[in-house]
Amino acid sequence: MATPVIEARNLSIDYRIDKQWLNAVCDIDLTINPLQIHGLVGESGSGKSTLGLGMMRYLDSNARISQGEILFNGDDIARTSLSQMRSIWGKEISLVPQNPLDSLNPSMRIGKQMAEVTMLHMGLSQKEALQTAIQALEHVKIADPEQIIRHYPHQLSGGMQQRVMIAMALSTRPKLLILDEPTTALDVTTQAVILDLVRELIKEEEAAALYVSHDLGTVAQLCDYVTVLYAGEVMESASVQDLFAKPLHPYTAGLLSSLPNANHGERNSRLSTIDGVAPSLAERSSVCVFAERCPVAIEKCHNEKPPLEQTVGNRLGRCWRWQEIDSGDIIPRNKPQGFITENNQKEKSGLVLAAHTISKQFGEYSLLDRLLGHEKNYVQAVQDVSLGVGHSMTVGIVGESGSGKTTLARAIVALISADSGTMELLGTPLPVELNKRDKNALSQLRMIFQNPNDALNPYQTVETTLGRTFKVLSKENPSATEISERIEEVLQAVGLAAAYATRYPNQLSGGEKQRVALARASIANPALIIADEPTSSLDVSVQATILNLLKDLRAQRGASYVVISHDLDVIHYLSDWIVVMYLGEIMEQGSSEKVYELPMHPYTEALLSAIPVPDPTARHGHIRLDGDIPSPRNKPTGCPFHTRCPRYIGDICKHEAPPIRTTDDGHQIRCHIPLDDLAITQKQSTPERTV
Amino acid sequence: MGRYVIRRTLTLLLTVLLTSIIIFALTQLLPGDVAKLVMGREASPSEIDNFNERFGLDKPMPVQYVRWLGGFLTGEWGRSYIQGNPPVRPLVTERMANSLRLAGFTLLLAVPTSILLGIGAALNEDSWLDNAISIVSLSVVGLPEFVTGIVLMNIFALGLGWFEATSLVSDTMSLLDWIRILALPAITASFVLIGYITRMTRASMIDELKKSYVRTATLKGLPRPTIILRHVLRNALLPTITVIAISIGWLMGGIVVIENVFNYPGMGSELVSAVEKKNIPVLQAITMIIVFIFALANLLADLLYALLNPRIRLE
Repeated sequence: MATPVIEARNLSIDYRIDKQWLNAVCDIDLTINPLQIHGLVGESGSGKSTLGLGMMRYLDSNARISQGEILFNGDDIARTSLSQMRSIWGKEISLVPQNPLDSLNPSMRIGKQMAEVTMLHMGLSQKEALQTAIQALEHVKIADPEQIIRHYPHQLSGGMQQRVMIAMALSTRPKLLILDEPTTALDVTTQAVILDLVRELIKEEEAAALYVSHDLGTVAQLCDYVTVLYAGEVMESASVQDLFAKPLHPYTAGLLSSLPNANHGERNSRLSTIDGVAPSLAERSSVCVFAERCPVAIEKCHNEKPPLEQTVGNRLGRCWRWQEIDSGDIIPRNKPQGFITENNQKEKSGLVLAAHTISKQFGEYSLLDRLLGHEKNYVQAVQDVSLGVGHSMTVGIVGESGSGKTTLARAIVALISADSGTMELLGTPLPVELNKRDKNALSQLRMIFQNPNDALNPYQTVETTLGRTFKVLSKENPSATEISERIEEVLQAVGLAAAYATRYPNQLSGGEKQRVALARASIANPALIIADEPTSSLDVSVQATILNLLKDLRAQRGASYVVISHDLDVIHYLSDWIVVMYLGEIMEQGSSEKVYELPMHPYTEALLSAIPVPDPTARHGHIRLDGDIPSPRNKPTGCPFHTRCPRYIGDICKHEAPPIRTTDDGHQIRCHIPLDDLAITQKQSTPERTV
Repeated sequence: MGRYVIRRTLTLLLTVLLTSIIIFALTQLLPGDVAKLVMGREASPSEIDNFNERFGLDKPMPVQYVRWLGGFLTGEWGRSYIQGNPPVRPLVTERMANSLRLAGFTLLLAVPTSILLGIGAALNEDSWLDNAISIVSLSVVGLPEFVTGIVLMNIFALGLGWFEATSLVSDTMSLLDWIRILALPAITASFVLIGYITRMTRASMIDELKKSYVRTATLKGLPRPTIILRHVLRNALLPTITVIAISIGWLMGGIVVIENVFNYPGMGSELVSAVEKKNIPVLQAITMIIVFIFALANLLADLLYALLNPRIRLE
């Protein structure tokens, strides 16, 4: 076997918090071989970023390596001097960070920032270094690099910024690349392109890489080998094929089966979940760290820490019961508790919400602009969007950043007023302005926000938050006992014990906060709940419990939902009807099965193709979109998608807005290509999607 | 950028115009009849009418305002009410020049010192040096300038005799003479500024050091001094520039007390005597100049900020 590029042995990293050293990652063995892309997966708080950066000996000021060694080029870099590290950083090991905009100096031109590295490590003159920067940018497929080096970071799109980071990291031909969640801040179509690029370049440069991520899908698509981290310890380590085919650790198994597409498209069954929450640094146990949440833990697991040992083949695992899991004697995950029975009000006629041609513009037009005769510079956030939500129905709105999905949600609940268009709620007209809506409209239409941390008042207990909402929205003045009864009822409905009523938000975990937000939204029995990215700030295992809860609540109470997400898998799992938005317009809408399984619109097709499937054997989608999403400020004419459309047919796309084509079952597609032709091309080119 | 400059300049002019109305209105509200105060109690009604007519005080208020503003803009600042009615402009401009000398010297002392102190504190966050700098800068902010002024004067001027205790200014003075006069008032004024600017620089430097681009620079393998000088400093000093601009405004008003303590012939001491004597033309002229300098300092700060910050410049 080849000498590893880098190897960590018994590595532990501690943080000093409140005057004591707490262990963040513990006893890590990690080996990366030449040409290998090694995935490091974990949820938030698992220590994956600490470890990822720790591998290149970059520690926060309150952190230290308390034990172990990191062998790189035969040296133990855990012990070398900082000045020696400076000759390794940027030259032999480079970082591609999570947030490219924050990671570039805002007041320095791209070219100068890139030139710094090669001037330092390769002794180039500024002129040569700038020339090298241009070549490096060409390498990452940036058009017009001579111009780009003169730009400042904020003038580039997110995808371009990340390309710059990658070009910079590779410009000294390093042996090892550390990729710390490099695509988390990007849209899914951009992510797909960047991941392709990373894979290609690492092969080409004959480098090795450590890819740190929470996203099992991208890991499956990119990596050769995977290490799973939980509470700072390695749970399991295996080749990507082995790991996804047969996880031997209950945590890995739990993670994989809690993904929203894990049920193979069976949308009426529950997702399996991992109960409980990950321990904080101070709470880590000296026994098996996962035992508390493990569905197959036995007494031994609560008494003794399992060693990280060789399991099947070359695999490593840290579990007392891996043999039983391997032989199939036990199934290491929570069995979903059967099917969700629907409360069928769907036959009920009429719509809960009908929105007609909603439009919203943003932008200012100041006195000075008028004096100087400037043209109005508006952003068309939402344009002529119409949609209907039936009884007990979930409508999913999916789109990337700039698609206008959040603006639409806010216009529906009147957090912002739509410029034009009309709405009806339960058959009665719904004013676009909040102050014209009556109490009934307010109580029938509630919203859940993306980040539960910001959506709950930190100075109010759960009880106060829920009680006030109920009091304000109730028609008659409810008595104190009625209020507390109702609070107990909703808390139970969202799966929280009554004891939670007296807690403050900072005493709740992310998932629990989202449950409280859900309780608050449903306390006055609304007809429609708008949920804006309800799970995107949560870890996969917690996301599954919230998705289950949303389904249960709908089944029990029969309320309707509008769910907004960038994640098509989440939307597909939750929704009956999917609306696909792009730059403020609806591109396609139809039943969940139709849109997800046989997308008609070229954009939907590309969106689906870009989703990383958590299965390394799956043929991943082949459609990649050129460039980034245009800014809504400079929205393309005609069909907004024409600048990136793989099925662009000519000038008509550029100049004319496409017609809405409707099939018999109400499936709508906005495209210049006739439906029959779309169906034929789609069938020919779409590979069987292994869901 | 051009657009930005135009917009900021228009805002500046509007601000100054609005403040001129406020200043004019406020000086009208001062208690007591101007003519009686100036001419003395024994003045006859005809003498008072005469005075009012001469200075245009018999006209309606808006007319007085427009005449005053028009005069101010064309350099016709009127005549002082005091004995002999000397023209206001030469008096005020001379006083302004003196004040600007003092302010300039103060900035020259305070700005580099406090930026260095702030950077020193931030780079050694939570160390003894940081604590020492924080405590000292906080305590000098807390000391009123008349206390520091008098203490300094007693030690260095009256005690040790290194500097002058009173400020006799003449046209023929050498630079060294100026420094001997300016040193103590400037140090007194610096104390307050050093406190503010140091703390601001420290805070923004600490903020900046935590940002991801500093990590990127570190992981390029750059040495620490290069990272600080090339990457961090420029971004960290952006908020400091605003604070310095506000300090200039404070200096123009705040040195009133200091000028009085040291008997320094600046705008501040003139302002005090103008208020005492209800010498309204002088009062108005000085206030307008202070407002104008204040607004101009802010404009310059905004433009400098934009120049250093491409995110604003390229909007």
